[in-house]
Amino acid sequence: MAVEKLDPSPITQTKPLVQVDRLKKYYPIAAPFRRAVHFVHAVDDVSFQIRPGHVFGLVGESGCGKTTTGRVLVRLTNPTSGRVLLEEKDIFRLTKLQLVQFRQSVQMMFQDPYESLNPRMTIFDIVSEPLDVNGIGSLREREERIADMLNQVGLTPPQAFLFRFPHELSGGQRQRVAIARALVTNPRFVVADEPTSMLDVSIRTGIMQLLAGLREKLGISYLYITHDLAVARYLCDDIAVMYLGKIVEQAPAEQLLRHPLHPYTRALISAVPVPDPSYQRPPVNIKGGVSRPVDPPPRCRFYERCPLATRRCANEDHPPLVERDRGHWVACYEV
Amino acid sequence: MVQVQVQAPLSPAPSGAPVPAVTEPLWKIRWRLLVRGFRQNWEVFRESRIGLIGLGIILFFGLFGAAWPIMMHFVDPNIYNPITGFDPMSMPHPSPPSLRHWLGTDPIGRDILGQLMYSTHREFLIGVLAALITVVIGTLIGTVAGYYGGFTDTFFMRLADIMILFPFIPLLIVVGSFIRMGMFEFAWISGVLGGFGGITIVLKSQALSIKVRSYIDAAKVAGGSDFHIIRAHIIPNVMPLSFLYMMFNVTGTILGEATLSYFGILNIDMSWGMMIHTADSAGYLISFDQYWWLWLPAGLAITLFCAAFYMVGRGLDEVVNPRLRKR
Repeated sequence: MAVEKLDPSPITQTKPLVQVDRLKKYYPIAAPFRRAVHFVHAVDDVSFQIRPGHVFGLVGESGCGKTTTGRVLVRLTNPTSGRVLLEEKDIFRLTKLQLVQFRQSVQMMFQDPYESLNPRMTIFDIVSEPLDVNGIGSLREREERIADMLNQVGLTPPQAFLFRFPHELSGGQRQRVAIARALVTNPRFVVADEPTSMLDVSIRTGIMQLLAGLREKLGISYLYITHDLAVARYLCDDIAVMYLGKIVEQAPAEQLLRHPLHPYTRALISAVPVPDPSYQRPPVNIKGGVSRPVDPPPRCRFYERCPLATRRCANEDHPPLVERDRGHWVACYEV
Repeated sequence: MVQVQVQAPLSPAPSGAPVPAVTEPLWKIRWRLLVRGFRQNWEVFRESRIGLIGLGIILFFGLFGAAWPIMMHFVDPNIYNPITGFDPMSMPHPSPPSLRHWLGTDPIGRDILGQLMYSTHREFLIGVLAALITVVIGTLIGTVAGYYGGFTDTFFMRLADIMILFPFIPLLIVVGSFIRMGMFEFAWISGVLGGFGGITIVLKSQALSIKVRSYIDAAKVAGGSDFHIIRAHIIPNVMPLSFLYMMFNVTGTILGEATLSYFGILNIDMSWGMMIHTADSAGYLISFDQYWWLWLPAGLAITLFCAAFYMVGRGLDEVVNPRLRKR
């Protein structure tokens, strides 16, 4: 099994915080009054591990299953099969008490700060919601905690923000509120679903610095979902590239960006804009767009768009992830 | 760029007593926010003429109804009582408007203006009570159906379809024929029938659009129960729409009440519909120019009263739907 082989290097050898094991999520294409026969393979046999205090980046085009993976990891969606272990406990087989603890130790940040805050609640109510529903602390303690949290995310002085409504704040401030809400229960693991993609570039830097700072200070592990390689490079320790529900390449961030092996990763990296007008872009040699993975045929998922594709890629199943270098995993027959 | 204070959460404040973040009791702050929100909405509402006119008419009817008990202190109740009164001095009845009876008398010698004023508060009561019941039921069912979907949704939506298809007034006529339908019975029956009807569909669709926002997901990740999500997120966000529909429902209820009173099915001693019923059953609804004072005041009152609530609803619409605003 891929998980066992994904042994981290001996120096950083610690028990993984999160283990994702052969995770699959298929969505039936519904037909009224009939059993669904076609399925969208949103996440198809994905395994990875996140070590404590590390940031694991999940990179890919839209529709490749990265958000679905994130949603399964916080139990917003049930997987079709596979396991997710948080500190060696299966998160889909928790007792009631464990579930309460799980809800506090795992949080999620959302993409759109204009959608993720209830417009009818004050900032205080929004940030205190995770404490409220779990019945943590007295009112007094919550007030102090929330003020402290707003301070930490850079909304100072907190008194000026506590009783505002989301529409009175800017996009960056809203995202800071969303971060405060996610971190108020002191979670160990946070799924960050493109928290910077809806923000202006100038504000994005601030939010990224904040996330990086909080990570060091509070020792939180992130699953950082993004389509932006620059963001991933700034924040992530490891990056996995997803394509149509499969991880096609996984490596430490610098390694992946400097020596990409998979043709899809290479194409992604060469498509990153460079702020240099005289820069000659190498020709991107993949064609077409991402298709919907409806009942994918048993061959390499990237076959149609791959410049290197051979007969083997068409005849055999999707290639397994194999370790090419230390910690560098690729799913390709041809590299 | 970002100044982050070095302090871990959950750990107690580093030194001395923690600085109180909130210096006032929470309810005081919440009350202030409520007042402020109300004031802001009032500003928007005020800009729509139609809403203000409606509110003016409702206020007028409020004063009109409140004036009746005061007025009864100054006039002879034997003559001016709207139900038992009789005026032997202005024969024959119905007598046309005069100084003694500003709007004339009805076929059995009772003062029309007195009847009109006396009925006002019951119209308010019936309309608001029925609309309140409708909205409470409609909001609960609509949000629950929208949130859970599946069988619950199908069941209540088909029920709503049946309610919409059912002829409302004939149904009430049938119901009225085998139970004694007074004012309150009418209010709650029509409230319940309305509550399972069209309003559920509207509020369900609204709940559906709120259900997919990411703050619902955030609440789920935080561990919020379904009850918490419906109570804290979905209901507050459909509330403005419910309130709007409440205004439109008052109109429907009053019209229903007038119709049923006119058919003589409601067991009510006096109402605007009843006034027209009295004129009709005595055979005085013959032509427009004869005996107009028997039906015109009551008819006008019904029309204006219903229109007023409708207009307030339209004004509120602009508060609820920012897209309708002219700015």
